[in-house]
Amino acid sequence: MTVSRAPSGHHGAVARRKFRKTNTDRCVADLVAAIGADRVRADGASRLLASTDASIFVGGHAGPVCFPESTAQVQACVRVAAAHRRPVVARGAGSGLTGGAAPLGSAVVVSTTRMNQILEVDVDNRVAWVEPGVINLDLSNHLEDLGLHFAPDPSSQQVCTIGGNVANNSGGPHCLAYGVTSAHVLAIEVVLSDGEVVMLGGLDAEPGGYDLRGAFVGSEGMLGIATRVAVRLTRNPRSIRTLLLSFGDVESAAETVGAVIASGLVPAAIEMMDKRCVAAVEDFVHAGYPRDAEAVLLVEVDGLPGGVELQAQRVEEIANRFGADVRVASDPEERALWWKGRKSAFGAIARIKPDYYLHDTVVPRSKLVEVLRSIYEIIDRHGLLVLNVFHAGDGNLHPIIAYDSREPGVSEKVREAGREIIEVSLAAGGVLSGEHGIGVEKRDFMPLMFSDSDLDHQARLRAAFDELCVMNPGKVLPSPHSCSDIASLNDAGEDLWG
Amino acid sequence: MGLIRSPESNPALVEFASEVGRSGPVVVQGGATHWSVGGDVDPSARVIGAPVGIVEIRADEMTVEVGAGTLVSDLHTALRPTGQRTALPEVEGSTVGGAIAVGRSGIERLGRGQTRDAVLQIHYVSADGDLVTAGGPTVKNVSGFDVVRLFVGSLGTLGCMADVILRTQPIPDMEVWSHLDNTPPEQVFDRCATASSILWNGESVWILTAGYVPDVEADLDALRQLGPLTPDQPPELPPNRWSRRPAESLTTTKTDFGSFVVEVGVGLVHTDRPVAPVSVSAEVAALRRRMKAAFDPTGRLNPGRSAGEV
Repeated sequence: MTVSRAPSGHHGAVARRKFRKTNTDRCVADLVAAIGADRVRADGASRLLASTDASIFVGGHAGPVCFPESTAQVQACVRVAAAHRRPVVARGAGSGLTGGAAPLGSAVVVSTTRMNQILEVDVDNRVAWVEPGVINLDLSNHLEDLGLHFAPDPSSQQVCTIGGNVANNSGGPHCLAYGVTSAHVLAIEVVLSDGEVVMLGGLDAEPGGYDLRGAFVGSEGMLGIATRVAVRLTRNPRSIRTLLLSFGDVESAAETVGAVIASGLVPAAIEMMDKRCVAAVEDFVHAGYPRDAEAVLLVEVDGLPGGVELQAQRVEEIANRFGADVRVASDPEERALWWKGRKSAFGAIARIKPDYYLHDTVVPRSKLVEVLRSIYEIIDRHGLLVLNVFHAGDGNLHPIIAYDSREPGVSEKVREAGREIIEVSLAAGGVLSGEHGIGVEKRDFMPLMFSDSDLDHQARLRAAFDELCVMNPGKVLPSPHSCSDIASLNDAGEDLWG
Repeated sequence: MGLIRSPESNPALVEFASEVGRSGPVVVQGGATHWSVGGDVDPSARVIGAPVGIVEIRADEMTVEVGAGTLVSDLHTALRPTGQRTALPEVEGSTVGGAIAVGRSGIERLGRGQTRDAVLQIHYVSADGDLVTAGGPTVKNVSGFDVVRLFVGSLGTLGCMADVILRTQPIPDMEVWSHLDNTPPEQVFDRCATASSILWNGESVWILTAGYVPDVEADLDALRQLGPLTPDQPPELPPNRWSRRPAESLTTTKTDFGSFVVEVGVGLVHTDRPVAPVSVSAEVAALRRRMKAAFDPTGRLNPGRSAGEV
């Protein structure tokens, strides 16, 4: 998706300062002097790799890429960047889906991949201190013998980092019952844009003052760089039951979701896949989903044995009312296979078409049927292909438009259909993003959801952390509310590639 | 043009915005149940009240929209027929807006969760007198910066809350308060997975078990293995709150701290001794001041009161 810039406006809350460009070689030399030659890369391939994420946004331009190994080295990178009037972009695994980690303005990229240590696991206080580059699934695997885990479980959890989870306030199937990342982060050590280090939040019961930790989580790298994170550890459930419900039509599946929630049940997860998605997944990983169903729901209930039994019964009764065929995972292997299918959906789609464009809107659960119907109508009208795989339990849609960008005119149709899907979702009382964030791709849709005053106040929050908007500029807030001077570096041209 | 319903379409919010006005010191008073938290408000401030009443109960979404001036008890009474409630603590006379502004969680935090995780959307009136929306109406939302969480615990110093959308939760099938004498609280915490609250005063343990009936009964059986278990109501809480880490809070002694009640697994110590203010780094203090200045440049909102930014 191309980045369009809205006309500049007022909004004096964000201080403006013209950034001068200085010689890239000198910036690299200063970074090398600050953190060592083996921790700085300035070659074209390294910059290219750091210029994109897992979205379709292609407008990123990385400057030098740094691989610090300590908080002090992150501070040094930020200070060198400031001296050279360069923005700074933190980068985890680059698995984000909105262009959030794609640097604008030839930024100094601070990769956290070498800050990947689990520093401390404190079982008594149910907390672990980790560096931002720790991979989500590695943390939960590390904790398995202790009977604990880190609750947020994005589908990318095999590669995505805790730092990235903090930046995006990531979710995952099981956040229906357990909550998204913000509920699981107790404290964050942050390097601010001036190189100062602050500790936000705390491990005690009731840290005082403004909830700056809460403000930082989900801020998409625009308030500072997290260098250590204290995450809350959750007890593993004693009992789990996983049900696979198959339906003859999508509406019945969506109505089942609404009925389950309305009945007062809060399952650990309710995931939905439509027929096309099931077919793609079956071709890819042979998860055992029924190919003849128009839609399937993967429902998981967990907790203590008695409650799990009751919840599973209630889900089954409701599903039967809507004509579902119900299967219960017979053993942990079958459960793992069903989940593998769900979490491999994006990979499966890559076998159908080379490109996909993904939205992440949330709608009221009572509007799922209506909005899904509209999405199919929009896609058919544009002659496109959509696969639906999403967190139905909290109304978090993920319509995936699969396409081939080499076909003339198709990219424009994809963007137009995407906009219509967003408009339908918001008109139904929904929101722009449930867990992927805004980044660049959804940035210019923000005025559909927020007024000028709302966006101005978000810009104020940001300016309190980063007055000059040096950290990951050009994201989340549309231009009149953001630092357009820095974003203009995006147009700087080839010379900045050194 | 936005597709979300504008707060200006609600006359009660527009009227509240005009009460807040665009200049002069102003403070929104709720139930004044925690009026001393954060210091005394400057007497020059105009005292106003937030809109009262439930806007909409969306039981099938597990959300509720409510005026900030509504009593938490009235909200929970209205929700009861739906089998739902919120995580907001039920303090007699306290309002929804007050509970969010103070930001504290109730003693049932192990089971009900925290106040900071219960708020989905806030309509507030800014220091400029504008109606502003933070967050969104759905149970899951990461669109933009999290102004909502910034407001929880901000003591009304960043904006005047008008109405909010809260997440609701099912009322458990069974809830029982029980009491055990001379039992190590760690053992209760380890054995009792349905505990919604565990309170310990250095001698006795009070436990609120909550959940599905077979699970609660199984836990009550497990607790009986630790000693004679009797039904009881929770103890009176001493007035001061001392925020500690969960394991640290279990080292609290009467010799050093007088009469106390610990929220086990949470770390909060209710004590009758004065609690020393927590020191913060100069950098965090500066960040708090910048946040206050960004939202309230002239210092007109709740003057005299501080969420630690001074």
